[in-house]
Amino acid sequence: MISMNFVKDYIDLENENLEELADKVTKAGINVEHVIKTNIDNVVVGKVLSCIDHPDSDHLHVCQVDVGTDTRQIVCGAPNVREGIKVLVALPGAKLPKMEIKKGSIRGEESNGMICALCELGLEEENEENYNKGIHILDDDAPVGVDAFNYLGIGDTLYDLDIHKHKNNDCRYHIGFAYEIGTILGKKVKLPEANYSEVKENINDVFNLKVDTENCTYYKSKVVTDLEVGESPEFIKNRLAACGMRSINNIVDISNYVMLEYGQPLHFFDKDKLGNNILVRMANEGEKVITLDEQERDLTKDDIVITDGNKVVAIGGIMGALNTDVDNNTKTVLIESAIFNPANIRKTARRLNLRSEASLRYEKGLDFEYTDAALDRACYLLEKYAKGKVLSGKAEYDNVDKREKKIGFTTEKVNSLLGLELTSIDIETELNKLDFKYEKNDNKFIVTIPRRRLDIEENVNDIAEEIGRLYGYHNLKNTLPELPTKEGKYEHAILFRKNISKRMRSLGLNETRTYTLVDEKTSNMFYKDRETILVPNPMSKDRSVLRKTMIPSMIDAFKYNKSRGLKDINIYETSKVFYNDFEEENHLAVLLYGNYISSLWQGKVIKNDFYVLKGIITNLFDYLGLKNRYSFVESTEESLHPGISADIYLDRKKVGFFGRIHPIIEKSEVYVMELSINDLDVKTKDIKYKPASKLPNIKKDIAFVMPLSMKNEDVIKVIKHAGGRLLTDISVFDLYVGENIGEGNKSIAYSLTFEDLNRTLTDEEVMSVFNNIINEVETKLNIKLRSI
Amino acid sequence: MKEKITLLQNEIEEKLKNVTNLETLNELKVNYLSKKGPVSELTNSLRDLSIEEKKEFGKIITDFKNDVYSKFEELKNKFELEELNKKLESEKIDISMPGMDIPSGSPSIVEKVVEEAEEFFISLGYDVLEGPEIELDKYNFEMLNLPKDHPARDAQDTYYLKDEEILLRSQTSPVQVRTMLKGEGKEPIRMICPGKTYRREDINATHEQEFTQIEGLVIDKKISLSDLKGTFDAFIKHTFGKEVEARFRPSYYPFTEPSVEMDMSCIYCDGSGCSMCKPKGWITICGGGMVHPNVLKMCGYDPEEWQGFAFGMAAERIAMLKYNMTDMRSMHENDLRETKNFDRKEVK
Repeated sequence: MISMNFVKDYIDLENENLEELADKVTKAGINVEHVIKTNIDNVVVGKVLSCIDHPDSDHLHVCQVDVGTDTRQIVCGAPNVREGIKVLVALPGAKLPKMEIKKGSIRGEESNGMICALCELGLEEENEENYNKGIHILDDDAPVGVDAFNYLGIGDTLYDLDIHKHKNNDCRYHIGFAYEIGTILGKKVKLPEANYSEVKENINDVFNLKVDTENCTYYKSKVVTDLEVGESPEFIKNRLAACGMRSINNIVDISNYVMLEYGQPLHFFDKDKLGNNILVRMANEGEKVITLDEQERDLTKDDIVITDGNKVVAIGGIMGALNTDVDNNTKTVLIESAIFNPANIRKTARRLNLRSEASLRYEKGLDFEYTDAALDRACYLLEKYAKGKVLSGKAEYDNVDKREKKIGFTTEKVNSLLGLELTSIDIETELNKLDFKYEKNDNKFIVTIPRRRLDIEENVNDIAEEIGRLYGYHNLKNTLPELPTKEGKYEHAILFRKNISKRMRSLGLNETRTYTLVDEKTSNMFYKDRETILVPNPMSKDRSVLRKTMIPSMIDAFKYNKSRGLKDINIYETSKVFYNDFEEENHLAVLLYGNYISSLWQGKVIKNDFYVLKGIITNLFDYLGLKNRYSFVESTEESLHPGISADIYLDRKKVGFFGRIHPIIEKSEVYVMELSINDLDVKTKDIKYKPASKLPNIKKDIAFVMPLSMKNEDVIKVIKHAGGRLLTDISVFDLYVGENIGEGNKSIAYSLTFEDLNRTLTDEEVMSVFNNIINEVETKLNIKLRSI
Repeated sequence: MKEKITLLQNEIEEKLKNVTNLETLNELKVNYLSKKGPVSELTNSLRDLSIEEKKEFGKIITDFKNDVYSKFEELKNKFELEELNKKLESEKIDISMPGMDIPSGSPSIVEKVVEEAEEFFISLGYDVLEGPEIELDKYNFEMLNLPKDHPARDAQDTYYLKDEEILLRSQTSPVQVRTMLKGEGKEPIRMICPGKTYRREDINATHEQEFTQIEGLVIDKKISLSDLKGTFDAFIKHTFGKEVEARFRPSYYPFTEPSVEMDMSCIYCDGSGCSMCKPKGWITICGGGMVHPNVLKMCGYDPEEWQGFAFGMAAERIAMLKYNMTDMRSMHENDLRETKNFDRKEVK
């Protein structure tokens, strides 16, 4: 949150409309999400000229109030309203937190506004106690007619920045933000006052600093004595509040205030508690410290600690220790202004769950110039607002990389990246606005990046971004890449999967999209020989493993729909499954429930069963060019109905399974299938034209009675073999179980087609083959022709 | 003879006048036109006449016969048509009864959005590629300019599967890395890689742990940010209609520089602001920018020579905006009453 009152200290915004400025800032690349005004328009200082009792009420008053522009009648119910006082008046149109003020009348008396209590303006908590205080009475010298919030000194405009979308450090502190505005408006920034007087005594006479870790690159400190702890001045309190920080006392507030100014977190140690030594080092494993929030913290060797040479007095960049905190009796402080390794800070803050305003800033990295400036500014403020005396000299450690960042680039490259046609002069204009120093040689630039812009890296893209955002992205054209024409193509595996998916849809199945992360409980329903991959750090139990089978998810989708009254649920999904040592495989799963086709009033219903699903599978396999390469074998999958299930084989490899789900798992008659899409992706023959015979064929029907246990497949095999070349098609047209054929038997009827591509067959020829078929089947299978 | 014919003719015509249906017509036909009927008799009686008389009356009789036959035929056709019409009338059905429910399946809402995006990008010569969902930290982060300890990693809570090395991809960008590595710094690239991604975060109406990204990458010699803007503009017009506009705002991603947020003008209001748009009048649906030179370098492309853009968006978000859905979670519920509406091809 940026307080514009704060920013105004560093840049002249006298004639700027802050709403419009927010738009400009947003256009230049820093998203101002909200502009928040802490003041309310149409609230002014007024004077009560007269006050009489309302003729129709026992507690209301009718007041004539001078509001500067005119005098108006206002009805007021507060017990403390009286003639002659200066008050806060909300005029019609004022939008108070709880209501909008309108002209009106109260019990017959006209009322053109409202005399307010502080809590009604949102300036105090709204509770009974505050409400009973009545209206707020201002000092007698308050000027009538002026904006009440300005008069109270609490009118501010806040910019709520979408800060995590920016790595631009300037957005995290007010001086930086002033630079951004300076860039946009072409104005210069003036840094705040930091001149203070020093006493003769030098810090280095009384204090030793030692840094014993490379994770602290910069450490500067000064000592301020004779401090008087008290309340902060109003402007500091207001600004801290605007930025969401609580006022504690003048000393602590100053450290926060400077952080909001320069982005440099400071830490104040009570020097009397600290002693005369600082040693910065990495913590020992298991070392303990009680932090300011009175929590005991366990440290690791990755944490930077500030010690007094012995015990820990602060976790560097994170939080101070209770043993050296500033309290109401503090007289002398040691100010720490330092730079720590952002990675360490981030790690420690995360581990301890201690992300503070300070740690967030350390994590982003800091500019040593501001580390110095912040230290001086703090001394100035402590001298001015806490009556401190500043010791001369600094205890310092300096191992920071001071190399300047320089970027060389050409106008052409910037234009080529942005797709613009800027001239070198345009680029110079933008660099000047940015206040970046540069050398120019024809179209070649060498730019030196100001230290505070730690976010800018040494490459031309970063410069292109700075120039682009200032020049304005709305100036970018809509062009398409000028590239040679080429065919856009699906990668083979994607296309293969999509073809399967589309086929499933054309077969009437609806696609689902279920979660990959599932409950461990159901993950072993199928593929038990594969190991389930556990997610080490799941969010919840029902999303704790990566699925290796999709069927449990399909059953969930089925249940969801069934419980909502759907009677026919025919669904499929293609998705990755995962197993063993992080292997993944594309799978297809199908679930059928209820009717496959249902036109009830016509009496046309095809109920889902094993054979509907088998038909879908064979349709798919034939579609993929796998005819005659697949087969079905009775399945041993434990989660399927033992009598109504099959494994699917392709070229003698098991690629999947299907059948009715085992009634122990799901009582409803649900049919499921799952197979590996990867396994179906085999080489297939090209499509070849096969002419159909122009000559008439001969059809013969035949039925055999056989034991229930006999497989149709075995009968067909014998028929096929006996039928030879002339038998071109066998189809089953009836299955009968019941009277006339004996218990334990069934009858299957076949329609046989005989044809020859080149000649018309004679009856004798066909009859001879037909008889041979009957013969072979009867003798080889020991079953009988059914007499019809 | 003549009189005989005239008499018979009159008689037949008189009788035919009273015929009202096919049955009586057939009776009449049998009575008059059978072999032994009066018409045949006339022909037979010719036998007894002289040659000249035969000539004279033969023609008259033939004409008479033809006339009678055609009259019978005409009536027969008339009655048959009447009978057919009556039958058709009786066969009339209630066409308001429902047609048969022909099975046809719908795609999932996400798949529909993805397929339409694929159609668009394929038409511009983009390849559609994919990669593993279990990824290496190296491809998901490090080679995208997100070294371990990079602060931006915090924004994406990631499901690690083994140490900090193997993870469920938090974005589809590793497919971009893999594609660049395959291109070995020599091949231009034009691709999209739609796919599932995983984030370890709380699920709510606008956040899912599993969602679908549509990311794209173009690498060549002269690809610019304006090219990205034009591509994005064409994409939103393809997806949401010709009247939407594109806008870029600066942003930050570690893998692109400059980085942009890509906004589409609000499709729910006139730009004056509504509950759907943020910032006012605009809806952010895509992020991206020019591929960071560090990423190009790490993936084998010389940033002096090559440059390009990358972008990414969530298919679920597109779906929510396009179909005015308020809760992302409903996409995983698979309520067939909802998905059924997506069994449709829209031509825009």
